[in-house]
Amino acid sequence: MNQDHAVHDEGGTLKKHRLTKLIVVLALALVAAACGDVDTTTTAGEAETTTTAGEAEATTTTAAEAEPFRIAIVAPSASNDLAFTQSIVDAVNVIKSEMGNVDLQVTDGTFVVEDAAAAIRAYADSGVDLVIAHGSQYGGSLQEIAPDFPDTSFAWGTAADTFGLSNVFAYEAASDEGGYVMGVMGAALSESNVIGIVGPVEVGDAKLYVDGFKAGVLAQNPDAEVLVNYTDSFSDVALASEAAQAQAANGADVMSGTAQMVVGAVTVASDQGILWFGTQANQTSLAPNIVVASQVYHWEVVLRDIIAKIEAGTPGGEYFKIDLANGGEVIEYNDGFDLPADVRQLGEDAIAGIKDGSITTGS
Amino acid sequence: MSDFFTTAVLVATAASGVRLAVPLLFASLGETFGQRSGVLNLGVDGVMLLGAFGGYYAVLKTGNVWLGLLIGIVVGLLLGVVSAVISVTLRAEQGISGIGIYLFGLGMSDLLFQKLVGTPLPITKFPKLNIPRLSDIPVIGELLFQHSIVVYLAFLAVPVGMYIINKTTFGMNIRAVGENPEAADSLGVSVSRIRYATVIIGGTLAGVAGASLAIDLGIFQQNLTNAQGFIAIALVYFGAWRPVGVMLGSLLYGFVNAIVLQLKTLAIIPPDQSNFAAMAPAIITILALVIVARRFKAPAALTKPYSRGE
Repeated sequence: MNQDHAVHDEGGTLKKHRLTKLIVVLALALVAAACGDVDTTTTAGEAETTTTAGEAEATTTTAAEAEPFRIAIVAPSASNDLAFTQSIVDAVNVIKSEMGNVDLQVTDGTFVVEDAAAAIRAYADSGVDLVIAHGSQYGGSLQEIAPDFPDTSFAWGTAADTFGLSNVFAYEAASDEGGYVMGVMGAALSESNVIGIVGPVEVGDAKLYVDGFKAGVLAQNPDAEVLVNYTDSFSDVALASEAAQAQAANGADVMSGTAQMVVGAVTVASDQGILWFGTQANQTSLAPNIVVASQVYHWEVVLRDIIAKIEAGTPGGEYFKIDLANGGEVIEYNDGFDLPADVRQLGEDAIAGIKDGSITTGS
Repeated sequence: MSDFFTTAVLVATAASGVRLAVPLLFASLGETFGQRSGVLNLGVDGVMLLGAFGGYYAVLKTGNVWLGLLIGIVVGLLLGVVSAVISVTLRAEQGISGIGIYLFGLGMSDLLFQKLVGTPLPITKFPKLNIPRLSDIPVIGELLFQHSIVVYLAFLAVPVGMYIINKTTFGMNIRAVGENPEAADSLGVSVSRIRYATVIIGGTLAGVAGASLAIDLGIFQQNLTNAQGFIAIALVYFGAWRPVGVMLGSLLYGFVNAIVLQLKTLAIIPPDQSNFAAMAPAIITILALVIVARRFKAPAALTKPYSRGE
């Protein structure tokens, strides 16, 4: 009898322990999930221009008199990464201020494609008018999801392929154009004639930009040495930093780079007084002393066209591109950097040449 | 290839390897303490991320890198206590609870960054500390004696760790608890007290690893560690649970990464083969250390929660 009691007691203790473990694990999972949820709905600095999931309903009710145009963005990195994701969030905020009655939801930080796919499907399911899948890695998911929601429009980039689907738009940037212009200026500014470029993975927008920049450097100075270093990661800031250090050790005195991990390279350039050209967003705030200029994407140029198409009854099937000629790409100079007038003129001449077709970037 | 074998490039590459090894070394040394006492903490990367954000934010607000390092220590220590409560007192499944800590650190560090900072802003970095006279020695000086202070601290921690584990009563108790907790318990060693201490040491060093990474880079970005905490855990296994082993593993990983980066920079590895080369650090480190580690056994009680009388 006593033995039985002991067994029961031990069993009870064991159960209690298991229950405690379960509660702890569940609590941690819930906290983590909560962090994730809040995180995924955060948007760029301008809180007033965006809505979180919880606020979406309230916004819709207050604007009940006219149904808002609902846009959702799914993007891989943070909304304020000073790079790829920020470029699209900023653009939709411009559209929002132009159109007024726009409801914007953002899920950022979806490096994991499956997470992005779940968000894309959830937005489509909730009746969003335009779901923007901002990442070429999301194409496969979109190809599966879009046919299930024929009444929803999707836009994805940077890519040129609409998969033959009538409700998918594709968009990309001629990032080689701005790259070329800044490469010309970079070669003119370089004293060592060694120029470094840090890239993530040799595909898509990054490859276009790196190739364009290199072509610009060599057009200005065929004897210049261009060091190109793909880190094979969009997120490894430490590797980007070391890549920049390696280029500096080889004499680079002008650098550029693309994707969100380049912040690591910018701080190295800043420490060593190496001039920097940015792309995707204006990177002057990262290092006002050494940033010369940035190629800034204005996706609103193609978003205006896409929204006009949707409102006119064409839900997709077309491809759009931003470039220097249509104003979707703009070279923004750092006012705090004393850029010699002749070098700036070289840049302006390159812009004019690309616009009128007399210069090709080789891409 | 001849460009690679110049003194300047070789020294720059080696110095880069040392820098890349530092966060791994701090984190894997800390994890060595925990594992030697029988506790596997898979949450290292999460602790590193929160230590990194804490350190970054403190420097951003005050400009004081030492305060940043201190905040990294405090954040790591607190998360070490949390990890110890979960894995020692509550005897939770170590793999699962560690993943919970990792996800918490990943989400919370990003949330805090978005809410408190937003757009990445550069911060003051650790100053370089050139050791007088030694730093003037050609080649060796630049390679070994011209780094930021955290680099020296990381490598100083190796003999200190060795001494603690091999030469002190505390270290003997750690090993005893990791090999045979019942026997240690019967000899009057408090298993939970020892495991609390080692897990807290592990958390603290992970916090230092994160803070040193952020302050050395001078920036914070979402998921800054890029899974270095998991590499650190692997290095503990492959370093055979010995401070010297994890140091060699960290250095090997750092050096191979630095060599690959340098070969890419000089176009000796062309861009279209860059992605294959990117796998080299992991593959070479695993191969080298597996060969070494085969001769050593894991602590017998590793991953097993201890409960008196069970």
